[in-house]
Amino acid sequence: MALPAHLRTLAKVQGEVTLHIEGPVSQRSILDALEAGYPVLRGTVRDQVTKQRRPFLRFFACAEDLSHQPPDSALPDAVLSGAEPFLIVAAVAGG
Amino acid sequence: MSKVRVLVGTRKGAFVLTSDGKRQKWDVTGPHFGGWEIYHLKGSPADPNRLYASQSNGWSGQLIQRSNDGGKTWEPVGNKFAYEGIPGTHQWYDGTPHPWEFKRVWHLEPSLTDPDTVYAGVEDAALFRSTDGGNNWEELAGLRGHGSGPHWQPGAGGMCLHTIILDPADPQRIFIAISSAGAFRTDDGGKSWKPINRGLRSQYIPDPEAEVGHCVHHIAMHKSKPNVLYMQKHWDVMRSNNGGDSWQEVSGNLPTDFGFAIDIHAHEPETIYVVPIKSDAEHYPLDGKLRVYRSRSGGDEWEALTEGLPQQDCYVNVLRDAMAVDTLDDCGIYFGTTGGQVYGSANAGDSWMPIVRDLPAVLSVEVQTLS
Repeated sequence: MALPAHLRTLAKVQGEVTLHIEGPVSQRSILDALEAGYPVLRGTVRDQVTKQRRPFLRFFACAEDLSHQPPDSALPDAVLSGAEPFLIVAAVAGG
Repeated sequence: MSKVRVLVGTRKGAFVLTSDGKRQKWDVTGPHFGGWEIYHLKGSPADPNRLYASQSNGWSGQLIQRSNDGGKTWEPVGNKFAYEGIPGTHQWYDGTPHPWEFKRVWHLEPSLTDPDTVYAGVEDAALFRSTDGGNNWEELAGLRGHGSGPHWQPGAGGMCLHTIILDPADPQRIFIAISSAGAFRTDDGGKSWKPINRGLRSQYIPDPEAEVGHCVHHIAMHKSKPNVLYMQKHWDVMRSNNGGDSWQEVSGNLPTDFGFAIDIHAHEPETIYVVPIKSDAEHYPLDGKLRVYRSRSGGDEWEALTEGLPQQDCYVNVLRDAMAVDTLDDCGIYFGTTGGQVYGSANAGDSWMPIVRDLPAVLSVEVQTLS
């Protein structure tokens, strides 16, 4: 998984993050695993209460925008195998 | 030897400015949390090394940071701000019901006595409290639930709870202010609340003297006179002598009574400061002259303080939480601008000097006086 720079700084990680997930691999399960491994990221990718993706963050994988996929949809096989990263990308916004 | 620590929140990080009691030479550290909006940071009166900071940005929402060493190092604490029960609705800009949604923390107010207790004023307007150093937050839901909540409406900056004043004489009494609902008070530690807006008059709402709907920008209280409150409203500078039960206008001879910041001299409870801003549409000083106005009579009679401040071509704003005072014998007063300057005065406003000139836009300024 790849995080935007400001979240890498917050989580004190460099480069990609590797997550080990048991059971179905979906947006929800990898975000659950991410937040369990890096509690400081709770609330930063998705709202703590509603669990909605923050609107200025997008989810990309295998050259596709998965941001609007249901959170329990299966992710591409290449992400499951670790061949391709799941990208959390900061939208071009702000000032 | 006394020291002063000025905590500055900006659009792109936090900065800590320190000086000895002379307040002539300053050390600047930061940015802390570079790139993030720091709406507010403030120290605990009970433990000056305990600081809390509100960190947010448009991508990743809200975080709360805590320092136990005066701002040298920080650790993230709890950032779950869940409204109690079913949040319900308030009015949207077009008058339609709009669900209450948490957006950010505007103001953090540490307890006067317990470093682990801190209050958070948030947008959409609500008051939260933590009693474990910011790890967990609980809404004081009596404020939103007291009855007028469904009629509150956001101002241009959002529907934010931006002012929290803890009464030093009565731990059960808290004052808060919301843009643009007005001012409210609890006398029972936050269980029940009542609007305290009698005497406010606002031409921009259908009933200018309505119980709620006034765009209160900031309120200040002097610890020696907790029943006396001063308010910078959208337009009008106001004073209450009875804990907010009623208000009188004290704008007097101000060149314009629009503004955001208001504060009080540390040792003279009738000496107050405002920064007049031209108008609601033109958020900059009149005539390009940055002037702090001081009243030594609790309002009505004001004098311009200009020495050391730019008196031409100045078009910055001074936001509601961006003015503060220290408690040294010669009271220091500080304010930050949207142009990134932080000005300080070591003589109660008679003269000013820029401490820093080129920070990101300043959102908040707080001061700690350290022995």
